[in-house]
Amino acid sequence: MPWVIAIMVALTVIAAAGGLAMHNLAVTAQSELSGGATVQIVEASPTERNRQAQAAEILLAQHPAVASLRRVPDAELEQLLEPWLGTGSGPGLSTVSGAASDTDAIPVPALIDVRLRSAVTPGDLDSMRRLVAEQAPAARIDAQSSWLRPVFSAISSLQWLAFALVMLLGLTSGAAVWLASRSALGANRDTIEVVHLLGGTDSQIARIFQRSIALDATLGGTVGLLMGLAAVLLLGRQFAGLDSGMVAGGGLTGFDWLVLAAIPMVGIVIAVLTARLTVMLALRRML
Amino acid sequence: MKNAETEVVTFNNVGLRYGADREVLSDVSFTLYPGSFYFLTGASGAGKTSLLKLLYLAQRPSRGMISMFGTDVITLPRTRLPAFRRRLGVVFQDFRLVPHLSAFDNVALPLRVSGVREADLHKPVTDMLDWVGLSHRSDAQPATLSGGEQQRVAIARAVIARPDMLVADEPTGNVDPDMALKLLRLFEALNRLGTTVVVATHDVHLLRKVPESLIMRLDKGRLSDPTGALRYPPRREIMPRDDDGQADDFGFAL
Ligand SMILES: Nc1ncnc2c1ncn2[C@@H]1O[C@H](COP(=O)(O)OP(=O)(O)O)[C@@H](O)[C@H]1O
Ligand SMILES: [Mg+2]
Repeated sequence: MPWVIAIMVALTVIAAAGGLAMHNLAVTAQSELSGGATVQIVEASPTERNRQAQAAEILLAQHPAVASLRRVPDAELEQLLEPWLGTGSGPGLSTVSGAASDTDAIPVPALIDVRLRSAVTPGDLDSMRRLVAEQAPAARIDAQSSWLRPVFSAISSLQWLAFALVMLLGLTSGAAVWLASRSALGANRDTIEVVHLLGGTDSQIARIFQRSIALDATLGGTVGLLMGLAAVLLLGRQFAGLDSGMVAGGGLTGFDWLVLAAIPMVGIVIAVLTARLTVMLALRRML
Repeated sequence: MKNAETEVVTFNNVGLRYGADREVLSDVSFTLYPGSFYFLTGASGAGKTSLLKLLYLAQRPSRGMISMFGTDVITLPRTRLPAFRRRLGVVFQDFRLVPHLSAFDNVALPLRVSGVREADLHKPVTDMLDWVGLSHRSDAQPATLSGGEQQRVAIARAVIARPDMLVADEPTGNVDPDMALKLLRLFEALNRLGTTVVVATHDVHLLRKVPESLIMRLDKGRLSDPTGALRYPPRREIMPRDDDGQADDFGFAL
């Protein structure tokens, strides 16, 4: 019985941690990205690309909606694209073979990350486009949230999935406790009957069971919480290892840790109430 | 409540059947008076245990009326029954000791149920265990006790709270004659303190040991009245007695 509770609590802690991390990720990404725009300079010639990027940087810095902007250094881009394009293909190197030709390189765009003072509106994007149209004709300006929309919807589905899992685990734990207290009741049927016949009230008898179930649940809940937290910390380190800019912000806040610590408490309360209900219903059938 | 002092229990045309079987008790009517000592006797299967179950409120009759300490217990809401059960002491035919509790804790159970403080428990419980000769087995679990020892623990548990009525089902079935006599003396001592005692037994020799006892006899679920126990005042004098003043012939065979 304590082991069933331990496993249920561990699984619930993991699912809840996943859901909370997803939620945090969605919130951070949302606020970060909704106020951001990306300028891509898609131009095959590196020198021309560089010139247009610098021009766009200077022009956009004067736009009233822009809070700050940052040219993503080529080295960083190269690193980002490395898994897809292989080493040596970045904008910093002309060709894979080191040939001198300007156009031989795989055309990687220059990227400018723009932070806006508030959420991006189509009007902002239009006026920014007009501003750079002449000096940097190869510039393509997009709101960051638009191309991240599928990611958002995936995150929100995962959030719901985690929520549904927590609910299901809660129900299953309740059912497990119900069955456990029913079998405990069966095993102690004679004892219950004797105490009943000696004048014990239903509440008195229920309390005997509540105490022993509460003890089991506390033991199981503590072990389960520790197992769950260990798994969450391990998974957290794995995700941190990915170190992709997108996953940052998916960590857990102090409040989240409190929520996770509360899970075994809720489990104990559910266990005790279920035990009480089971015993009371069984006693109701005795005179 | 006006007759609470004059009647402990009254049965009126009580019938009991288990499920759809024939009645195991039929038309049972009697009144038990405070401070009396009753034997309930009859052949095995006559319905003694069934009648006692009605007495200690473990079973509802199929028909008829039962009142206890002046209150109709048939129509009473079940939440009020524990208070009545606490005024009873019961020795079950199968003892029903709580298996994972020591002899001490089993005997202490009725006191704990009634909310007696732990500090006030120790002396009465050890005294009682002493009385039934089990003070050296105080910490023993029931499974490690012999049948007779278990029976004595069961009796100690039944009398520890000084019940208003003691109900004992074959309480001497597993002990030697000396211990049987000793236990009967315990019941008598309790009886002298005012407890109404009802002892079910099929052992005819036991009846002779308590001269002032009244006898109810069950035969196939119907009650007969060899000593006038069911009339009031009881007509003890109709009992033929032998020279040591004890009943000799009850007018029926067991
Ligand atoms: N729980 C029960 N269910 C069905 N029949 C029972 C039950 N208890 C007793 N009986 C039947 O009732 C009759 C009286 O039994 P009981 O009261 O135990 O008699 P006694 O104690 O005098 O030996 C018997 O025929 C017995 O088989
Ligand atoms: Mg019997």
